[in-house]
Amino acid sequence: MTVFIIRRLLQALLVVVLMSVIVFFGVNIVGDPVYMLVSPDADQDDIAAAIARLGLDRPIWEQYLLFLKGALQGDLGNSFIFGEPALQLIMHHMPATMELAFTALMLAIVIGIPLGLYAGLYSESPLSKGIMAGSILGFSLPTFWVGLMLIMLFAVELGWVPATGRGDTATFLGIQSSLFTPDGLSHIFLPALNLALLKISLAIRLTRAGVREALGQDYVKYARAKGLTTRRIIFVHVMKNIMIPVVTVMGLEFGSLIGFSVVTETIFAWPGMGKLLIDAILQLDRPVVVAYLMIIVLFFIVINLIVDILYSLLDPRVRLQDQGA
Amino acid sequence: MTAVLDVSGLKTHFFTHAGVVKAVDGVDFAVSKGEIMGLVGESGSGKSITGFSILGLIDPPGRIVEGAIRFNGEDIANAPEERLQRLRGNRISMIFQDPMMTLNPVLRIDTQMIEAILAHEKIDRKSAWERSRDALGLVGIPSPEERLRAYPHQLSGGMRQRVAIATAFLNKPDLIIADEPTTALDVTIQAQIIHEAQKLTRQTGTAMIWITHDLAVVAGLADKISVMYAGRIVEQGGTDDVIDHPLHPYTVGLLGSVPTANQRGARLFQIEGMTPNMLALPQGCAFGPRCRARTAACATQPAISDVARRRLRCFNPQALAEVQE
Ligand SMILES: Nc1ncnc2c1ncn2[C@@H]1O[C@H](COP(=O)(O)OP(=O)(O)OP(=O)(O)O)[C@@H](O)[C@H]1O
Ligand SMILES: [Mg+2]
Repeated sequence: MTVFIIRRLLQALLVVVLMSVIVFFGVNIVGDPVYMLVSPDADQDDIAAAIARLGLDRPIWEQYLLFLKGALQGDLGNSFIFGEPALQLIMHHMPATMELAFTALMLAIVIGIPLGLYAGLYSESPLSKGIMAGSILGFSLPTFWVGLMLIMLFAVELGWVPATGRGDTATFLGIQSSLFTPDGLSHIFLPALNLALLKISLAIRLTRAGVREALGQDYVKYARAKGLTTRRIIFVHVMKNIMIPVVTVMGLEFGSLIGFSVVTETIFAWPGMGKLLIDAILQLDRPVVVAYLMIIVLFFIVINLIVDILYSLLDPRVRLQDQGA
Repeated sequence: MTAVLDVSGLKTHFFTHAGVVKAVDGVDFAVSKGEIMGLVGESGSGKSITGFSILGLIDPPGRIVEGAIRFNGEDIANAPEERLQRLRGNRISMIFQDPMMTLNPVLRIDTQMIEAILAHEKIDRKSAWERSRDALGLVGIPSPEERLRAYPHQLSGGMRQRVAIATAFLNKPDLIIADEPTTALDVTIQAQIIHEAQKLTRQTGTAMIWITHDLAVVAGLADKISVMYAGRIVEQGGTDDVIDHPLHPYTVGLLGSVPTANQRGARLFQIEGMTPNMLALPQGCAFGPRCRARTAACATQPAISDVARRRLRCFNPQALAEVQE
């Protein structure tokens, strides 16, 4: 297990370095941020001074090495726009995104798995067919369009919940989150649902496929031959088997929820990292874009590692192989 | 001796898109306390479906269309699910063919044994655990405490099948249906397992149906033999009678394909032709097209009748004169 984790960490390091190169050089190709920063009537000297101040006069490889040197000390550069350290800016917006992604993941699990279970157990019933049709819509409708529809329906027409922004926050167990206040919950409902839609569909399909496959397995017939109740067969024998792929995939999807939140946060004016990224891109705020992408890469790596460990805990067959390795 | 199980006129058909598969089409037999019946036939002859019919484990598109399954005098053909569930694994146990597939891969052996007891009896887990441990000891598993903590993949095929046999005996059932339990194992293990199973049936007075395609296996194990072909019983009688003086050309063929010590080097006999297509059975005797003793009479379906201490479905019994001497 330790060998496994060390090997994974080395791989992760390589990925981070590679990504930093791609991201840094990639971002430097598009646009010239200086013209966004100086006033329209600035003369050549002003512009040259601004370029020098931002360090953009040096060759790009030198800029990269400087960035790398800073990064090793936890400094991903200062935002061109705000003058604050980019990392600090992102950390400041991270809790909002995290609570949004977390809520979406929970929604996907508590809505998607039971629906998938039902659709798998009673695959011929009209309700199951409805669920499956719904999941196709969830996959194919664009997030931004669904987001607008949700706002129209729940916020504008029905007026049940607010359309934009993050509500009041409260601190519980040292975590400050809008999940702990009624106002916060009413604000997070729509964006979380919007973000979850794709994952609900995914959870439905995964669970249904797993259930259908498990029901045909000999171990289910054997469990029936032992006279076990249907409830025990489904919730112990079948669920324990299908939770392995479902947990794995849903865990891996957490990273993509954070990534996808860019669209949702923009529509619902949710003050998270995604919104920050979009603003940074529009203003060519390179350090923030680079820092954001680096953080996301780290996220994916950490999530993959956690999921791998979780997977080996859930599946006894994987556990054994690890002991041998 | 009163029959524990008395099956009469059992028909189990599958209503598929391609047509009706008459997997079991008029089967009669009875098994008494402590008696072992071998149910023999080629692949696809309907042996497993006969076993599953008794347990009420036939899933759509299949169903029991006719016949009675009297278990301790009570007809359980198409009995309500709750009644069947109370019988399964409790009064009637089943051992499946492939020990690799029947134990649930993600549940420990103790879980899978204890649940078989607790499904039918209100006792505490500890007593259930102790009974499971003792049962493992009875089937010759060394250090049963340790095995109970194992997952199925940590045991060999032979060990797993012993676990299945121990599980089958846990609730001291009146009847055990063993569906080719040794086919997937190598010959030495096979012999050991047959020995254990035989010993346990003798000790407990459990009736047993041992399903196999291999007459040699049941020759030393069963008290009587039913030979099945295309959903029907074609010959049924005491083991010695059937083995030493087979009357049905199909039984003769099956016996001819069993290797014996005194015909070493000789070519094994093989029944000509292929197993029949269950959707397009020939008119008359289903074995007719492959039969060496076929006559004009075989164009009509032979009825089952009593001949020389057994039941036989054939117009041209082999070596009948010899038996009647
Ligand atoms: N679900 C099903 N739908 C349609 N036909 C089926 C179904 N299950 C079984 N059958 C048919 O029933 C017949 C008998 O099958 P069964 O499993 O009883 O054979 P078997 O004698 O146990 O053979 P084997 O030695 O291969 O286990 C086969 O022809 C099979 O194709
Ligand atoms: Mg079979």
